[in-house]
Amino acid sequence: MQLEPRLHTPLWMTLGAPVFAVLFVLILCGGLISWAGAPLLDSYIALFRGAFGSKFAIAETLVRATPLILTGLAAAVAFRAKLWNIGGEGQLYMGALAATYFGTGLVNLPAPLMIPFLFLVGALAGGFLLLVPTLLKTRLNVDEVVTTLLLNFVVLLLANYLLFGPWKDPMAMGWPQGAPIIDNGILPNLIAKTRLHGGLIFALIASVCIWVVMTKTKWGLEIRAVGLNSEAARFSGIPINKTILRTALISGGLAACAGVTEVAGTKEYLTLDISPGFGYTGIAVAMLAGLNPLGVIVAALFIAGIYNGADSMSRAMDVSNYIADVITAASLLMVMLAVMLTRMRVRFK
Amino acid sequence: MLKIDNVTKRFGNLVANDAISFSLKKGKVLSLLGENGAGKTTLMNIIFGHYTADEGSIEVNGRRLKASNPAEAIALGVGMVHQHFTLADNLTVLENIILGTEAIWQWRQNKKTARARLAHLATEYGLHVNPDSPVKSLTVGEKQRVEILKALYRGAKILILDEPTAVLTPQETDQLFATLRDMIAQGLSVIFISHKLGEVMSIADDVVVLRHGKLVASFPIAEASREIIAEKMVGEVVPAPRRQVMQAGDQLLGLENVELKGNSGHLLLKNISLNLQRHQIIGIAGVSGNGQKALSDLISGMAKPSEGSFRVKGAHISHFDPRDMIARGVGRVPEDRHVEGVVGDFSIKENLVLENYEDGKFSKFGWLQNRTIIDHAKRLIETFDVRGGTPDTIIRGLSGGNMQKVILARVLDNNPEIILANQPTRGLDVGAATFVHDKIFKAKAAGAGVLLISEDLEELLAVSDKIAVMYHGQISAQIPVEEVTLQQLGLLMSGDGFVASSVESNHAA
Repeated sequence: MQLEPRLHTPLWMTLGAPVFAVLFVLILCGGLISWAGAPLLDSYIALFRGAFGSKFAIAETLVRATPLILTGLAAAVAFRAKLWNIGGEGQLYMGALAATYFGTGLVNLPAPLMIPFLFLVGALAGGFLLLVPTLLKTRLNVDEVVTTLLLNFVVLLLANYLLFGPWKDPMAMGWPQGAPIIDNGILPNLIAKTRLHGGLIFALIASVCIWVVMTKTKWGLEIRAVGLNSEAARFSGIPINKTILRTALISGGLAACAGVTEVAGTKEYLTLDISPGFGYTGIAVAMLAGLNPLGVIVAALFIAGIYNGADSMSRAMDVSNYIADVITAASLLMVMLAVMLTRMRVRFK
Repeated sequence: MLKIDNVTKRFGNLVANDAISFSLKKGKVLSLLGENGAGKTTLMNIIFGHYTADEGSIEVNGRRLKASNPAEAIALGVGMVHQHFTLADNLTVLENIILGTEAIWQWRQNKKTARARLAHLATEYGLHVNPDSPVKSLTVGEKQRVEILKALYRGAKILILDEPTAVLTPQETDQLFATLRDMIAQGLSVIFISHKLGEVMSIADDVVVLRHGKLVASFPIAEASREIIAEKMVGEVVPAPRRQVMQAGDQLLGLENVELKGNSGHLLLKNISLNLQRHQIIGIAGVSGNGQKALSDLISGMAKPSEGSFRVKGAHISHFDPRDMIARGVGRVPEDRHVEGVVGDFSIKENLVLENYEDGKFSKFGWLQNRTIIDHAKRLIETFDVRGGTPDTIIRGLSGGNMQKVILARVLDNNPEIILANQPTRGLDVGAATFVHDKIFKAKAAGAGVLLISEDLEELLAVSDKIAVMYHGQISAQIPVEEVTLQQLGLLMSGDGFVASSVESNHAA
C-alpha cells in the first residue's frame, strides 16, 4: 500500500473530508461515553439538543460562537503571516478592560456612536498590546510565541488587580466585578428572552471584511506573501516588518473585540471569568477552519455547539463535560488528517 | 545487471513513463537524458523503489524487484545519489555513512568495523574523506564523495547519480569522473543523469533519451553526436541562439572598490570593481559560495556596501532597497527560484505582480485590480510560453523551466536596462535554457547590460562578452571571451592569481 500525491482534489472531497472526520470522531468518542456508562445514542441526542435543539439552545450556541469567531479570526490573520499570536486571551481581556474604562461613564455618546467607539478603543488597546511582542520580534528577533503567551498572564493579573482594587463596583456586594457598561454602550439584543446580542452581527461582518482584505486587497497579498515565503517577499521589495506590524494590529484588534462583545453584550460588566479560554480556543477554531476567514464562522459554530451541547449532555446523562474538550481536540486532529489525506491517493499493490 | 522491461507509470491522466525498456550491463555507464518533465526522475524513483510501476518489471541481476520498497532495492544493490544531498550536517562522515545500516536493537554502534570497511572502500575507489570530520565542514565535492561512499557501504552494485556535476568545479568534475572510471573497472554499473551533453559524451557508454515519458532513442555513445542527442531530447533541431558581437555603450553599472560586510562583521566582498555597459553581457564564474550571492544581493538592493562607490546609470546609490533598484531599471533573476524567486503557494498571476502590485494598474487605493492582473498574466503566459499554466495555477506545480519563465516574464516585462541573472538556467533542460539565453540576447540587443552569474562554464563561454571569476569575495579582471581558456578559468576558480587575502571563504550550504 502506498500514498501518492494527487494532482487535483475533487470538490466533494474537500468539503466532505471535515464532515467525515467529525463523524469519525463522534464514533471514537462514543467509546468514552459508553465507558462513562451512559447510553450512547441518547447522549448524542442530548448533545445535539443542547447545541441546536431549541431557540434557546441555538441562541446560547451563537452567544458562545461570537467571541470564538473573533478570536478565531485573530489567529487566522496572524498565522497567515506566520506571526504566531498565542496571546488572544490577553488581547481579549485588554479589549474588555478598555471597554470598561471608557464604557462605564467616562464617555457618553448616543448608542449608534457609543458602540462603534467601544469597539474602536477595545481594538486599539488589543492591537497595541500585540504590537509590543511583535516589535520585539521584528527588531530583536524575540520569539513571539513565548512573549504573547506570557503577556496573557500579565494582562489577566492586571485585570485582577483592577477588579479587586480601583475598579471594583461598590454596588457589587464585594464581588470582583466592574461597574456596568452604560445603557448606550450595551449591544442590542437580537432575540427577545435570549442572551443573543449584536456582537454576532459584528463578528459576521468582521469575517466577511477579513476575507475581503485577505483576498482582494494589497494588504492581503502582502500578508500572505510574507507568511508563505518571507524571503521571496523581501526580494520582491514587500516591506516585511511593516506588513507584520500591520498584521499584529489587525489580529490583536480582532481578539480585543471579542472582549468588547463579552463585556458590552453577554455580561454587561467586566468580571474575571468573561472568557473560559476563548483566546486559546480561537487558535483551534482558526486551525479547524484552515485559516479561512469564512471557515472560521463554521468552525466557531461547531466548537461552540460542542461545548454547549456537552454541558447539557453532562447534566442529562451524567457524562463529564470534559468530553467537549476531547471532541474538540480529536476533531482538530482528524480534520487536519482528513484534509491532508484528500491531497493523497492510496494505491494497493 | 539491470533490466527495465516495459515500465509504465501513470499519475491521473498523465503518463509519466510509457512502456520503457532498456538494460544496463555490468561495468558500463548508461546516461539517461531528457528534458525536465520527461520522466527521468519518476523512472529512477521506480527503480529505487519509491514508486510502484503500474505495468512492467524491473530485474536486478536476474532477480525481479517486486514491491515498492527502497530497502529491497538497496538489498539488491541499487544505490542512489540524489541531486540534493541527504546528509545530516551535524554528524561526522562515519556516522552519516553507518546511519540506518544498523539494527534497531543493537545497543552500541560498532564503529570499529565500520571504520575499517570505510577505509577499505575509500582506498579501493580513491574516495578519500576524513571519516571523523563533521559533514558541515566539507566542501560540496567532498559531500558528494560521502554520498557515493554511503551507497557503496550499503553494497551498491548499480549507482544512480542524479545530476552529479551540477555543483562541482571543472576540476572536481574531472575527479568524480576518474572515480567513476575506477568504479566501472571494478565491475560496478552507473546510471548517470545529466543535462550537460559534454559530460555525457565523455563518460557514458550508452545513451537513453526520454521525451514526454516515452523512450525516443537508445544507442551506444559511439554512434551519437551532441547534435543528435540534443535533437532527440527536444524533438526538433534547436538552433542555439548565437552571441552577437556588439559595440558596448555607455556605463550602466559601475562598482568601485566595493566591500560588503556580513552579519558577523567579516568581509563577504572585498575590493570589487565592475563595469557593465549597454549591449554587454558579463559572465561571473566561480565555485558557488565565493561571494556571488553577496554580489547579487548588493545589486538586488538586498544589502548595503560598507565601502566603495556603487553607481547605476551614473547616479551614486546610497539607499539600498529592492524597490529602489527595480525603479532604477534593475531586473533581478534570483539564484534560487523556490526561495527568492517565487512564492510557491501563490498563483502565477500573483507571482507575476509580486514586484509591481503597487503600480496603479494593479492596485487602486489598496484594492487589487483582479481583471487587469489576470489579463497581464494571460499576456505573459502567452508571450513567454509558460506551459501548463493558467493565471490561477499554483506555481509550485510548474516544472523548473516554466517557473523560470514566469520569473523572466516578471523581470523582463519591466524592460530593465540592467539585468542581474543569477544561475538563470540551473536545472533547466536544453530547450528551456535556450529560451532563457534567447531572451538575454534580445535584451542585450535592445540596449540592456546583463550580469550573468553561473557555475556552468559552457554557458558562460557561449553567452558572455566578458568573463570575470570570483574567488573568496574577490573578483578577477574582466577577460574578453575570445581570449579566455577553460584552463585559465579553472585556475582562477581555484584561487590562482588572486591576492592572498584575509577574507574568509564562505561555503554556502
